Amino acid sequence: MDRNEPLDQIKTRRDSALNALVSGVPYMHWLGIRFDRRGDELTAVLPFDRKLIGNPQLPALHGGVTAAFLEMTAIVELAWAAMWEDLESGRIAPDAAMPESLPRLPKTIDFTVDYLRSGLPRDAYARANVVRSGRRYASVQVEAWQDNRARLIAQATAHFLMPQG
Amino acid sequence: MNGDARDGAEENHARIAQQFIEAIPHARALRMRVDEIGDGCAVISMPWDEHLVGDPRSGVIHGGVVSALMDTCCGAAVMAHSSQPRSTATIDLRIDYMRAARPGQRITARAEVYHMTRSVAFMRAVALDDDDTSNPVATATGAFTAER
Repeated sequence: MDRNEPLDQIKTRRDSALNALVSGVPYMHWLGIRFDRRGDELTAVLPFDRKLIGNPQLPALHGGVTAAFLEMTAIVELAWAAMWEDLESGRIAPDAAMPESLPRLPKTIDFTVDYLRSGLPRDAYARANVVRSGRRYASVQVEAWQDNRARLIAQATAHFLMPQG
Repeated sequence: MNGDARDGAEENHARIAQQFIEAIPHARALRMRVDEIGDGCAVISMPWDEHLVGDPRSGVIHGGVVSALMDTCCGAAVMAHSSQPRSTATIDLRIDYMRAARPGQRITARAEVYHMTRSVAFMRAVALDDDDTSNPVATATGAFTAER
C-alpha cells in the first residue's frame, strides 16, 4: 500500500473495477441493480420498478426478483472480495471497455432463499458476507432489506464454484 | 369424461392460468407462458433473451432468471391444487444449478405439489431446456404457504 497515493486515483481504480464487474452482466442492467461502495464494503441497490412486481394485488416484489437480487449481490461481493488484493496491488486493472480484462464470475452451485416478509413496492438493498472462500468453493451469506436494516425481507445462503486460472 | 371434454377443461384451465400469469408484471416482463396446468402441477416456459444473460462470455442466462421461473411455476402449481388455496407465498426455495442452460433455447419449468397440508405446500420443480428430461438445467425444492 502506498500511503501517499492520490485519493482520486484510488477512487477511480476501485470504481472502475467495480463498474467493470457489474456492467458486464446484461441481466443486472435489466433489473436496474447498482452498487454503492464505501471502501471495500458494497451495498447492492435495487430501485423499484413496476416490472419487478410479482403480486399486483398487494402489491409485492416478485419472489424471483428478490432471489435474483440476492444471488447477484452474492456473486458480485464474492468476485469483488476475491480480486481486491490483486486490484490494490496493481496486478490487475479491470476495465469495462476491455472484455478480456474482466474477471470471470463465480458459478452458482446452489442457492437457498428464505422469504421473511413480502417485498414492498419500493427500493431494496442487500449486502453479502463471504463466509468462506477457498481455492475452488465458496460459501456466501446474503441479506436484503427495505426501509429498516433490522427488518430483513429475505436472506439466502449460496455455494459457488470459483473460476479457475 | 370423454377425451374431448377433458381436453376442453384443460385448455380452459391453461387459459385461466395464462391470465393469472399475465396479471403478474414480472412474469409478463420475462414473457412466461403457461404450457400445462393440472391438480397441483404446472408447466411454464419462457424464451431466452439477450438482456437476461448473466455471463456475457458464454451467453448463458442468469441463475436468477431460472429462480424467477421456478418460483412462478411453483406458485401456479399451488394455486392449481384441488384444495383451492386462496393465495400463496414462497416460504423458502432451494435451487440446485446442475448445468448452464444453452443460449438461445426456451427454458421450461415443471412444478408439482408433492405434499399439501392445511397451511403449507411442499414443492418440487425442475427446469429444462431443449435437451431431454434426464439432463435438467436446475432442480428446486421449496415450501409455500397455502392460505385458506
